[in-house]
Amino acid sequence: MDLELRGIRKEFPGVLANDDVSLVARSGKVLALIGENGAGKSTLMNVLSGLYRPDAGEILLDGVPQNFHDPGAAIAAGIGMVHQHFMLVQIFSVADNVVLGVEPTTVGGVMDRKRARAEVREISQRYGLAVDPDAIIEELPVGIQQRVEIIKILLRGAKVIVFDEPTAVLTPQEVEEFFGIVAELKSNGAAIIFITHKLKEALAIADDITVLRSGKVVGHADPATATPEELASLMVGRDIDLSVDKAPAKPGATVLELSEVTVTDDYGRKLLDSVSMTVAGGEIVGIAGIQGNGQTELVQAITGLLPVETGKVLFQGRDVTKLNPRKLHQAGIAHVPEDRNHMGMVGSFSLSENLILDSYYSDQFSKGLQLNRGAIQESALALVQAYDVRPPNIDNTGDALSGGNAQKMIVAREFSRDVPLVICAQPTRGIDVGSIEYIHEQIVLKRDEGKAILIVSTELDEIFSLADRILVMFDGEIVAERLTSETTPTEIGLFMAGNRS
Amino acid sequence: MTAAVESYEVTGRKSKILSRSQIRKARISGIALFLMAAVIMLVFVPAVSGVSTFGISTVTDFIQLSPISVPSAGSLWILAGVLAFLGTSQFMRGFQTKTTIFLGIGFFVFVLAMMVWASSGQQFSLVSMLTATVARSTPIALGALSGILCERSGVVNIGIEGMLLGGAFTGVVMGSLLGGWIGLVAATLTGGILALLLAVLSVNFRVDQIIIGVVINILVLGLTSFLTSQLLLKNPSLNDAPIFPSIKIPVLGDIPIIGPMFFNQTVIVYGMFLLVGLTTFFLFRTRWGLRTRSVGENPKAADSLGISVAKVRYLAVVYGGMVGGFAGAWFTLGTVGRFDEGMTGGRGFIGLAAMIFGGWNPIGAFLASLVFGFSDSLQQKFAVLETPIPTEFLAMAPYLVTIIVVAGLVGRARPPAADGQPFEKQ
Ligand SMILES: Nc1ncnc2c1ncn2[C@@H]1O[C@H](COP(=O)(O)OP(=O)(O)OP(=O)(O)O)[C@@H](O)[C@H]1O
Ligand SMILES: [Mg+2]
Repeated sequence: MDLELRGIRKEFPGVLANDDVSLVARSGKVLALIGENGAGKSTLMNVLSGLYRPDAGEILLDGVPQNFHDPGAAIAAGIGMVHQHFMLVQIFSVADNVVLGVEPTTVGGVMDRKRARAEVREISQRYGLAVDPDAIIEELPVGIQQRVEIIKILLRGAKVIVFDEPTAVLTPQEVEEFFGIVAELKSNGAAIIFITHKLKEALAIADDITVLRSGKVVGHADPATATPEELASLMVGRDIDLSVDKAPAKPGATVLELSEVTVTDDYGRKLLDSVSMTVAGGEIVGIAGIQGNGQTELVQAITGLLPVETGKVLFQGRDVTKLNPRKLHQAGIAHVPEDRNHMGMVGSFSLSENLILDSYYSDQFSKGLQLNRGAIQESALALVQAYDVRPPNIDNTGDALSGGNAQKMIVAREFSRDVPLVICAQPTRGIDVGSIEYIHEQIVLKRDEGKAILIVSTELDEIFSLADRILVMFDGEIVAERLTSETTPTEIGLFMAGNRS
Repeated sequence: MTAAVESYEVTGRKSKILSRSQIRKARISGIALFLMAAVIMLVFVPAVSGVSTFGISTVTDFIQLSPISVPSAGSLWILAGVLAFLGTSQFMRGFQTKTTIFLGIGFFVFVLAMMVWASSGQQFSLVSMLTATVARSTPIALGALSGILCERSGVVNIGIEGMLLGGAFTGVVMGSLLGGWIGLVAATLTGGILALLLAVLSVNFRVDQIIIGVVINILVLGLTSFLTSQLLLKNPSLNDAPIFPSIKIPVLGDIPIIGPMFFNQTVIVYGMFLLVGLTTFFLFRTRWGLRTRSVGENPKAADSLGISVAKVRYLAVVYGGMVGGFAGAWFTLGTVGRFDEGMTGGRGFIGLAAMIFGGWNPIGAFLASLVFGFSDSLQQKFAVLETPIPTEFLAMAPYLVTIIVVAGLVGRARPPAADGQPFEKQ
């Protein structure tokens, strides 16, 4: 089925998210939709899937105008969407999630779970999407959860399939598998819209590329001829340097030192197994590894969020193993957490409030029992402008920010502190190339000021362009250490897969 | 959670390491068990003499079982020994994840000891107490069910107390005028109407659900008190409804102990059994239940699949309210046939506790409400037996049990993820 959007307009209070957007997605083709954070990609797709009502514009399927007054109507017309944040019920089984809304029943609305399972199995075999229909969603890794989302829309007979940043949360292997699935769907005649910030991915699998900026379509590109640099400047409206310029590191005194740190869970399994490492002032240490190999726990152990079972954490020579997060924070550790929605911000707070979450008690922002509104607003405005958080309205709530802009706000808060150690977990996840360039510059700047920087990233590209020294984690252990100048992505990739040095 | 447990079993590394919190919990429950043993030995044993007699059938029973007599002091020593043993093993190695269960067993043993102590030298009718337990747990179980229905769809209902009270009132008035069955229907409808208020305000106007609940409670309390003094006191005939009789179910009702407990009760108690069963079936086996639970867990997901969050919530809340109104009828039509101001005495809130303790599951909540009903009927029995405990203290028992259960025993129960969160479409 061919899809055409004509002149779509959608306005939120104070924000024109989509402004006269038109695009075409053809059966059996992949259309990549790219654009900066807050460009309006997710909004456009939510309009298409009937979640939002457009203020103006038309949706045509095979040339026939449609009117989606609710998501049910869009589904019935053959539109399927895998949302940026998955729409799954965590405590339900895979089968229950898949059939929700189109439940097979016997008499009187009684669920026919046997048929539900059979339907899931049928689709998972036909498209090679292996998944156990009886598994509970919250126990599945994200890659499998995504499969459940895909099965969900295939069961409803979707002919136009939208993926909103599907690869942002996937491991490299899962991305490969995902591309396989897309190829399969394509050969079955589906029209696919693929939203991504990873320009290489867009160039690899798209048949056509549409670029959105500030709610408007600003151009198209042909993946056969376009380069990542061209796409980047089309997105951002200026030239972008995708590589990171930095001088060789001049490591100074050790700032952070871990010796034989072990962390166990309630069942006595080792999440971190005798991890020893150092980070010196003036260097960027990158932790590479496939998600779930202890990186999260490493960061939580350093920042006091997880109790250390045995071993020591030294910060500027002082034993801080037993300090609580606030003490550690005050001691001088800045932390950009990997889970921005749950740990990085309070969704219902305004931007200015979110920007002082960690320092509201400081003399700068409070006098006695009272918050100093003026100072808070002033500092918030400066940060929002410096880090290009859009829209720059500091009274908006955190929830109203697009995914990437929320990340920018958190980075702004943490980087604005003048502290000896900065820990960034997935600092640029879900961020557009323009902002990545800016955040990477800031990280290097911090290093050149002599700060110690610890970066955790599942993106090998990011590790290589930023880190001076690379540590690889596998199964809770550090399995390799290399200077970036003396190794290759292939070598690190092998360590990530479990080979030992 | 289970994934972790499973992989733990797969790797087969049986580790003896307990987490700090588990160790602390085992210590605390060990101390509690020792304390209970000490109370038995130091307080109960010196106070008893002779034998304690427990009656296990009533005069009307088809099969008459002779009462059981046990030597009071001897049994108390044995029960204290059991508690001390449980306490010691908590200190030795703990029961790991089962600490809570053993603490529960410990409480049960202690309650047995209390019963031996209270009935020393007298006869204690076990059957009539257990029968009263089931009857008294009925409004609590129904209240819990009302809460479950609302919260499973994502609407917090703390107005259950008001729904009980409203049902009790209209039940007695309509019952006095037009008979018990009409009273029962009127009570049910009253709960439904109050719930409709909750639904309109929370779903359409997104008013804070806790506030609506509080308003419903205060509104009903004020209104029924006003009407009692203005209407019922002046027209006593309006406050004199027929009481539903106990109906004995043939054969089943003649089974010793179980028979009188479960098969010789009023229609309201049977209604409770039926509603617990039906609601469990509805929630977990039907399309309606799947959608209701999905809306309570992740309304955005349900909405993205074309399910109307508002419609689902309306239905669940009104159904829940009707269950609450039906429960209210128990206080008047099911027991005394007359209405007194504030006669529900916080049973709606205890129902909420039972809902949480039962893990938002109808059958779990029913079992939890048996615990509360038991403490309620036990205190009544003790008051009759004239134990040295003042009756005012005895009357606190159900509330004390509620506090202990909610604060101490409720561990892992997890509410529906979107419980209390209004849903707004763009
Ligand atoms: N519910 C909402 N209320 C108010 N404003 C919103 C809402 N959702 C999105 N916006 C605004 O609309 C604009 C477009 O947001 P959208 O989520 O579509 O961006 P996006 O292109 O998907 O960005 P990202 O790549 O960061 O996910 C942003 O400025 C955002 O702040
Ligand atoms: Mg988006």
